[in-house]
Amino acid sequence: MKAKVEITLKSGVLDPQGKAIEGALAGLGFDEASGVRQGKVIEFNVDAPDEAAARARVEEMCKKLLANPVMENYAISISA
Amino acid sequence: MKSAVIVFPASNCDRDAAVALEAATGAAPAMVWHGDRDMPDVDLIVLPGGFSYGDYLRSGAMAARSPAMETVAERAGKGVRILGVCNGFQILTETGLLPGALLRNAGLTFVCGPAAMRVEPAGAAFSPSLTAGDYVTFPVAHHDGNYVADEETLKRLEGTGQVAFRYVANPNGSANDIAGIVNAAGNVLGLMPHPERAIAEVLGGVDGRAFFDGLAAARAA
Repeated sequence: MKAKVEITLKSGVLDPQGKAIEGALAGLGFDEASGVRQGKVIEFNVDAPDEAAARARVEEMCKKLLANPVMENYAISISA
Repeated sequence: MKSAVIVFPASNCDRDAAVALEAATGAAPAMVWHGDRDMPDVDLIVLPGGFSYGDYLRSGAMAARSPAMETVAERAGKGVRILGVCNGFQILTETGLLPGALLRNAGLTFVCGPAAMRVEPAGAAFSPSLTAGDYVTFPVAHHDGNYVADEETLKRLEGTGQVAFRYVANPNGSANDIAGIVNAAGNVLGLMPHPERAIAEVLGGVDGRAFFDGLAAARAA
C-alpha cells in the first residue's frame, strides 16, 4: 500500500517562506494569489494487511516523527 | 563537576562546548555518541549546536529520537542539568523537554553575529554567576531560531518566569524576544545564541566564560 502524508503549518503559525513565495508570485503579475502556505509531502510504501491497519500505523508515525503537533497539521491518504 | 556532551552526526559545536566545559570545570566532558544509551553519571549534559542529520525533516527532529536522547530525558527527569544550544535547543523542543518550537527566521535569512540579551531571573538561576537584569552578548548563527508557542504556553512561560534570556534586538522574529527558556523545574535550558563561542577575547567576547563558570559553580555548591 502507498501512504502519502501532507504536512502543513497550522493556521496562525507564521510561514515566512509562504510569504516570500506570495511576494514572488505578485512580482510575476500573479496578484490573484493570496494566503500562500508552504508545506511538505512525504510518500512511502507501507506493508500492512489492509487500509485501516496501514492508516493506524502511519498515524502513529506522524505523531512520533513525521509532524510536530506544536506547529504542524497532517493529512494521511492511503492507496493500493 | 562532571559533564557530558552528546555528539550527533553533523554537530559542529561539540568541540567548542567541550573546550568551554573543560575551562570552567577543570575536567574534560565525556563525549557521548548519539547512538549510545549508556552515559556516565554527570551533573550537566550539553546538546551542542550544529546541523544534526542535516536538519532533515525539521531541525532537531531526527536527533530528538536518537537513543542518547532517551537517556537525556530520563536524566532530566532526575534533575540533571541539561543545556541545549542552538540545534540543541531545537532538539529539546522536538523531544518535548521544552515547550514550543523553533521555526524559520522571520526574515528568512541565516542570522550570524553578536546578539545582546537581557538575563532574566531563570537564566541567572541556571547560571548563578549571571545577574538578572544584566546584559550578556553571545554570537547567534542560525536559520531556524524563531521561537513560537501557542498563546496559552507563552502566557504560562511568562507567568512562571521560564524565559531565561531575551534579545535586545530580536534577530529572528522570536515570540516575546525569547532567546532562551527553561522547563518548569528549571533544570533544562534551551538557548539559541552560543555561549561556547564567547569564551575568549580573540573570539570577540568572554561573556560565555561567565556563563559556564556559573554552571560549574552551581554544581560545586
